[in-house]
Amino acid sequence: MSDALRFHYDVDGENFTSAGEASAQVKKKLRQLGFSPDIIRRVSIAMYEGEINMVVHAGGGKADVFVYPENIEIVLEDSGPGIADVELAMKEGYSTAPDNVRALGFGAGMGLPNMKRYTDSMTVESELGVGTKIVMKVNV
Amino acid sequence: MAGYKHSVSLDIEKCKGCTNCLKPCPTEAIRIRNGHAYIKSMRCVDCGKCISVCPYGAKKAVYDKLSAMDSFKLKIALPAPSLYGQFDNLDDVDYVLQGLLDIGFDDVFEVSRAAELVSDYTRLYMKQPGIKLPVISSACPAVVRLISLRFPFLCENVLPILPPVEIAARLAKTRAKKKHPELKDEDICCCFISPCPAKVSYVSNDMFNGEKSAIDIVVSMSDVYFALIDVMKNDKAPGVSTQSGMIGVSWAATGGEASAVFNDKYLAADGIENVNRVLEQIDNSDFPDLEFVELNACNGGCVGGAMTVANPYIAKARLQSLKRYMPVSQSWKFGSRDSIPDDAKMAEPLQGIPYSPLSGDRNEAIRMMAEIQQIHEKLPDWDCGSCGSPTCMCFAEDIVRGDADREDCVVLVREKLHRLIGEQLKNEKQKDNKDEG
Repeated sequence: MSDALRFHYDVDGENFTSAGEASAQVKKKLRQLGFSPDIIRRVSIAMYEGEINMVVHAGGGKADVFVYPENIEIVLEDSGPGIADVELAMKEGYSTAPDNVRALGFGAGMGLPNMKRYTDSMTVESELGVGTKIVMKVNV
Repeated sequence: MAGYKHSVSLDIEKCKGCTNCLKPCPTEAIRIRNGHAYIKSMRCVDCGKCISVCPYGAKKAVYDKLSAMDSFKLKIALPAPSLYGQFDNLDDVDYVLQGLLDIGFDDVFEVSRAAELVSDYTRLYMKQPGIKLPVISSACPAVVRLISLRFPFLCENVLPILPPVEIAARLAKTRAKKKHPELKDEDICCCFISPCPAKVSYVSNDMFNGEKSAIDIVVSMSDVYFALIDVMKNDKAPGVSTQSGMIGVSWAATGGEASAVFNDKYLAADGIENVNRVLEQIDNSDFPDLEFVELNACNGGCVGGAMTVANPYIAKARLQSLKRYMPVSQSWKFGSRDSIPDDAKMAEPLQGIPYSPLSGDRNEAIRMMAEIQQIHEKLPDWDCGSCGSPTCMCFAEDIVRGDADREDCVVLVREKLHRLIGEQLKNEKQKDNKDEG
């Protein structure tokens, strides 16, 4: 098995109601692949949080999931405003979400911390005005 | 799931092989092959959706006939509260209870009465520290099965208390044995008058956990309805009176169970596709402030079950006026409610059922998934269902699993046909040109 299995999703920033679709799709795929419920849950929560972040902050983006026999890699890329202080953003409860999405129950400041908590490794590359790239890995 | 007994069946004679049931199925369990539908047993949760959408009556609920109780010495009716909403111009539940005695039952134990106990127990349970929130109702068997099949992580959230009908059956049997000490267990028949086939599955599959249910037979609400309207003439005062109140009767429709928890952090969703979406979101930990979740597979709640007679929304409206002058609850009459009795609890917590993957071998599964994606790219993504699979993605999976053939796709075949005709025409034209030259 040389090539990884790749699932690609375009996360639509215009359509808030479809946020969370990609993670639901991935969950289904991983179930078909026979991963344990625990792995599936960690990947889908990490992906869900990332997806919501891209919609709320960056006007959408791209999500790729690579499946290897030994791990699952989630790559989220957007061309949004970027994160000014990554360390601060990683703090639980810190949020810059606008009021309109808070009204829906988002913006609790748990997105990035949950992504870190549910994955085995996570790197955040972000440049102001350029965008953000997050790579997360969940070991199988 | 070897030996799982489903309560949704197919009449092959009546099935025309149309696609009406294909897409509404919430677990993608239906395929059309060789001109008629079939149900993938592993995936079906017996929600009854296909029964309600089949225009030809080919999908049927499996249930017991009323005559199945003839051999028992004591027959106890367990009417679901949704039964009360089936009748026009009914102003008192007691007429229905008397009617049940008149059609041959020896005793009646209202499921709504047990529902009020479950409401009491739920309130007690939710006061316990350390329970997993939100608590999800355990009353709808289709939902419970959906959770164990698709959301194994939410099994812990499911209320570990038996559904009202089970508690009703247990209490009814205890009461009957006290009254008739000469009777043995096998002489007594607890007959549930059910709005839905999912309850049939619950009983025939030993409560999904191998524990034998106290319910002996499950009959269809519509059969009982037609027996009842013959005897319910309102010409004499009923000799029995209801032992439940507003809360118990409210369980028949969506929101009834949840509002009886007396906690405003609740959600009530009905309709299996909505239930699926709510579970998906809870599974993603996206419900920070909810403490109780009531889920019903049928539209409108139990009143929307496939074995009912009345339009679910009309039934719900009737229940509203029926319960107007009822006491809030009558559960205080029936002993202590300070703790949850052991025989009202599930013997063991709900377990997830492992999903059957593409292959037991991870590398092989990954290879198969890659093949599915390759095939899917060539499919039109119309999800038309003409191939007999609910979506193009599903079709691709069926091909790789060896359960479908690429040629089943009408769009691909049409394109192929056009191409062949095009080539044929070109060849003929070239031949004509040559002949002329």
